[in-house]
Amino acid sequence: MASARLLLTRGSCTALKTITGHGQRSLSISSAVLARTHVSYEVKDNVAVVRINDPTSKVNTLSKQMQAEMVEVMNEIWGNSAVKSAVLISRKPGCFIAGADINMIQACKSAEEVTLLSQEGQKMFEKIEKSPIPVVAAINGSCLGGGLEFAIACQYRIATKSKKTILGTPEVMLGLLPGAGGTQRLPRMVGLPAAFDMMLTGRNIRSDKAKKMGLVHQLVDPLGPGLKSPEDRTIEYLEEVAVDFAKGLASKKVTVEKKKGLMQKLQDFVMGLPPVRKQIYKTVHGKVMKQSKGLYPAPLKIIECVQTGIEKGNADGYLTESQNFGKLGMTSESRALIGLYHGQVACKKNHFGQPEREVKKLAVLGAGLMGAGIAQVTIDKGVATILKDTTEEGLSRGQQQVYKGLNDKTKKKSLTTFERDRIMSMLSGQLDYRGFESADMVIEAVFEDLSIKHKVIKEVEAVIPSHCIFATNTSALPIKDIAAASKRPEKVIGMHYFSPVDKMQLLEIITTNKTSKDTTASAVAVGLKQGKVIIVVGDGPGFYTTRCLAPMLAEAVRVLQEGVGPKKLDSLTTGFGFPVGAATLADEVGIDVAAHVAEDLGKAFGTRFGGGNVEVLKMMVQKGFKGRKSGKGCYVYGAKSKEKKVNSGAEDILKSFKLTAPPAVSADEDIQYRLVSRFVNEAILCLQEGILPDPVQGDIGAVFGLGFPPCLGGPFRFVDSYGADKLVQKMKRFEEAYGNQFTPCQLLLDHAKDSGKRFHK
Amino acid sequence: MASMLLTSLRCSPLTSVQAAQFAARSISTSVHLQAQAKSKKTLAKPGVKNIVLVDGVRTPFLLSGTTYADLMPHDLARAALQGLLNRTGLPKDAVDYIVYGTVIQEVKTSNVAREAALGAGFSDKTPAHTVTMACISSNQAMTTAAGLIAAGQCDAVVAGGVEFMSDVPIRHSRKMRKTMLSLNKAKTLGARLSLLGSIRLAHLAPELPAVAEFSTAETMGHSADRLAAAFGVTRLEQDEFALRSHTLAKKAQDSGLLSDVVGFKVPGKDIVSKDNGIRPSNMEQMAKLKPAFIKPHGTVTAANSSFLTDGASAVLIMSEEKALAMGYKPKAYLRDFVYVSQDPKDQLLLGPTYATPKVLEKSGLTLNDIDVFEFHEAFAGQIMANLKAMESDWFAQTYMGRKTKVGAPPMEKFNTWGGSLSLGHPFAATGCRLVTTVAHRLQKEGGQYGLVAACAAGGQGHAMVVEAYPQ
Repeated sequence: MASARLLLTRGSCTALKTITGHGQRSLSISSAVLARTHVSYEVKDNVAVVRINDPTSKVNTLSKQMQAEMVEVMNEIWGNSAVKSAVLISRKPGCFIAGADINMIQACKSAEEVTLLSQEGQKMFEKIEKSPIPVVAAINGSCLGGGLEFAIACQYRIATKSKKTILGTPEVMLGLLPGAGGTQRLPRMVGLPAAFDMMLTGRNIRSDKAKKMGLVHQLVDPLGPGLKSPEDRTIEYLEEVAVDFAKGLASKKVTVEKKKGLMQKLQDFVMGLPPVRKQIYKTVHGKVMKQSKGLYPAPLKIIECVQTGIEKGNADGYLTESQNFGKLGMTSESRALIGLYHGQVACKKNHFGQPEREVKKLAVLGAGLMGAGIAQVTIDKGVATILKDTTEEGLSRGQQQVYKGLNDKTKKKSLTTFERDRIMSMLSGQLDYRGFESADMVIEAVFEDLSIKHKVIKEVEAVIPSHCIFATNTSALPIKDIAAASKRPEKVIGMHYFSPVDKMQLLEIITTNKTSKDTTASAVAVGLKQGKVIIVVGDGPGFYTTRCLAPMLAEAVRVLQEGVGPKKLDSLTTGFGFPVGAATLADEVGIDVAAHVAEDLGKAFGTRFGGGNVEVLKMMVQKGFKGRKSGKGCYVYGAKSKEKKVNSGAEDILKSFKLTAPPAVSADEDIQYRLVSRFVNEAILCLQEGILPDPVQGDIGAVFGLGFPPCLGGPFRFVDSYGADKLVQKMKRFEEAYGNQFTPCQLLLDHAKDSGKRFHK
Repeated sequence: MASMLLTSLRCSPLTSVQAAQFAARSISTSVHLQAQAKSKKTLAKPGVKNIVLVDGVRTPFLLSGTTYADLMPHDLARAALQGLLNRTGLPKDAVDYIVYGTVIQEVKTSNVAREAALGAGFSDKTPAHTVTMACISSNQAMTTAAGLIAAGQCDAVVAGGVEFMSDVPIRHSRKMRKTMLSLNKAKTLGARLSLLGSIRLAHLAPELPAVAEFSTAETMGHSADRLAAAFGVTRLEQDEFALRSHTLAKKAQDSGLLSDVVGFKVPGKDIVSKDNGIRPSNMEQMAKLKPAFIKPHGTVTAANSSFLTDGASAVLIMSEEKALAMGYKPKAYLRDFVYVSQDPKDQLLLGPTYATPKVLEKSGLTLNDIDVFEFHEAFAGQIMANLKAMESDWFAQTYMGRKTKVGAPPMEKFNTWGGSLSLGHPFAATGCRLVTTVAHRLQKEGGQYGLVAACAAGGQGHAMVVEAYPQ
């Protein structure tokens, strides 16, 4: 999977937290000189304990004020000869420092301004690194980005062994790089390979792993109930231990240098050889290019910074780091990724208020891929879940899927086998409606057929209590049609999950005009509990996501019919930034599903959804080429060889439906824009028609649900940055060749006419 | 099986007779008790049989790997049972049932109760079963006995516990076991050879019995260290408490107070008659030790933890009427008891804190009514944490759903003859030692009520109220 996907799916929302009211805060700085609000310290036994706490936010960020106060405090400490060592600790239970303040970067107007920000950070941490007294970073909770750079500038690091304690450099996920010395210190601390891995993936590292890597020196166990709340006492304990170590460091009883093992010495020796290093840079560069297709500038800049620092020395390294940081801060990619980050945060909130009843018991109908996936992400949040199927084979397969999903986590050590068993105990697999009388919500994930859905809704409504919500997981059937069979349409809602449910972050919730607000609030609450990023859209054929995807897939089929092979099609789409190529995507979704959707939506929307011939897909289904699940689709699956082989049977079908490609619109770039413009146009039409409430949810839905290129930030941000007029020009050209499938919608035309109009401010 | 059936047949006609006797007896005992009770009331309950501890003994508790090293668990259990027979002069066939506790099971004697009973010369008509509940296994054995008597199924039951840490079952790896089991079933030489050929060097690595909690994979010492830290128990406090335990145990041993110990002639070796883990040291020496579990900043060390111990204990429990009918002078009544359980991760060793108020409430007593406390000392840090938890209103309100704190036992009544830290802690044998010690201390000190409390792996706990038998 492309790193682009990694960038986003791994991006926890704690990564970097924004603070609103930036302007207000800078006004208060003058008064803060008198009374510090973010940083305080006390001296205990010659150890200065520096405590950080941003009173305006749930997390600490390296805002201007935090930095200013920190510099002030450190200067006082260094000026006090009685202080022999220092401990740096956060007063917030779940957060050390979650990173720099993004708004600080966004407020900058030029690359030079951003570079200056980086240089200020570099200077501050250099002072810490060269501190005359040892500084111990006592880490509990997230220690990310600038927070990690701060910590690695300290002489010693102690972290709690809590699940909440994570270390990492997520800047790359925002199209940036660790700009406060991180690209220079990290490779020296953990070695080139590990440093590249951290900085290029942005992955979170648990504290026990960090200890093994040499990122932290000591671990402290989190404490349970005592004479105070576990959280408070754990921080206090961490401080006690850190103070002891600080004393030890000051008196030289504790040494920072660890004895190196033979392997470590060997590795250091090998890394000392310039040709070896050169090879590493080359390999990493090649990997990045392969995964990012060169669409993401940040990873390449990170490699450059590291290489400069190691090969040319610190001064050059720091300079390159700050300059590259400045450049990246101004890129459209970074803007797009930061936009997605903000959007993701917004889509992790319930905008419909507190539901009247919490869903404590959920029932899922259908133990297929979807149903079992939904059950898995529900039980691991501690919600009792019934998984019902009609056959024992189906149920058994579903239960096995849930078990495997959890068991794989135990193999990765993110779950213990005991926790797995406890979680599994929340699941009740059954063939009858036992227990439905006390269910608070039923999610059906049965076959996509209106009459079956009607039958199910009637059966279920006969057994569930009156407050119970009926949610339907469908990818295309209009909810109101399904709700037509319901006695209480106000309790019916659509919850469209994406496969595989435990990996895909998006949940599309669909409300009809009869769905009550409380039902929506409840569905959003359940989705949030399941860890989903949620968009709430209006009802209609294909809602938002399926409706955007369908025209693009129709175009993809046409492209295939025109003689472009599946491999070429895939490379064109991934070359544009999609994490999965169009042909592979069709195989993953399932050719039968695609055929079904294409036909349904074709009926609903007419020729606009035309393009490729639906018969191609139907013929493939007839031949059993249903995609990955049946072993054959556009490609042949099953063989263990890495190289995917094109399915010759599918090629034959395509040949029998051969179309002649109009040369004027068949250049590689044209094909890319034919695919993308239909997607984007449909998305904007959804906004125009009110299916989509706002562009933010449109971008989030497209990126998280359909893999729209994250570097473009979603269809709406793409139009903003690419230019609506330019896109309309292209579409007009395509329209001449193909007709109304490329007719720009009114809203897009409005934006093309007025260059001041933007979807995102 | 057959003997079990026989017993139940034998017992069933008795029940009606007993029921008839019961009415008469309950009147007589209450009269009897009112006469003896000083200022305090007795805990006899109408409609519930009085259950008495006739006597209790134990083998000397030895550091594992010392004199007992070559024995087997049932040998130790046998020694305790024979000691009990000798001490009480009990006719071997007067026992209706035997219940024994054990934690680390020797696979050859999985029902160690039965093997030990047969070996100790009990009638082969006396059924026996083994229970396990970590460090409160013999408490469970005693309360099982109490249950059998209260239910009218038995009149005289021997309960006890044994732990033998000098030898523990070490297994082949799972892969190796699988191969060996398949080998049994392989029919042809070819099949056998191919199975043998599948053995890899890694398969030969043995599997040691887990020293960690199964659910959390955390060792108990580690959990104890975290618990101590959570309650802010210092290293100094722990060392002081451990030293106190050793000092008091030494004093008790020297003044002959540990009368529950029976000598044991170990085959091929001398008679063992004393616990060998009591070693009063001094604070300076103890301070030198490095932490044993959380390194380098932990506080639990080898000196302030209980050590691996071999030992066995046994008690004779009877209905009061039977004991009196057989001419015994019981030592104590076994009254209300409770079992509790809580979070096995963060509250693994807080059993006494939860169990104490529960059993006191059940008995209608307060902490002040208790004259003698015997708490199991797993770790000094664990005891101190429990004492602090019991002294905390915040803890009582936040975690126990109580309005106010339980209160901590006064130290002058607490484990005054030493405890598990100094006497040793053969897991499943400790419970009987605690109860017998309470009975002896009540007799010696003239108190009326004693309280036993203990924590156990799995986050479980136990407490029992013991009432002195009128002198």
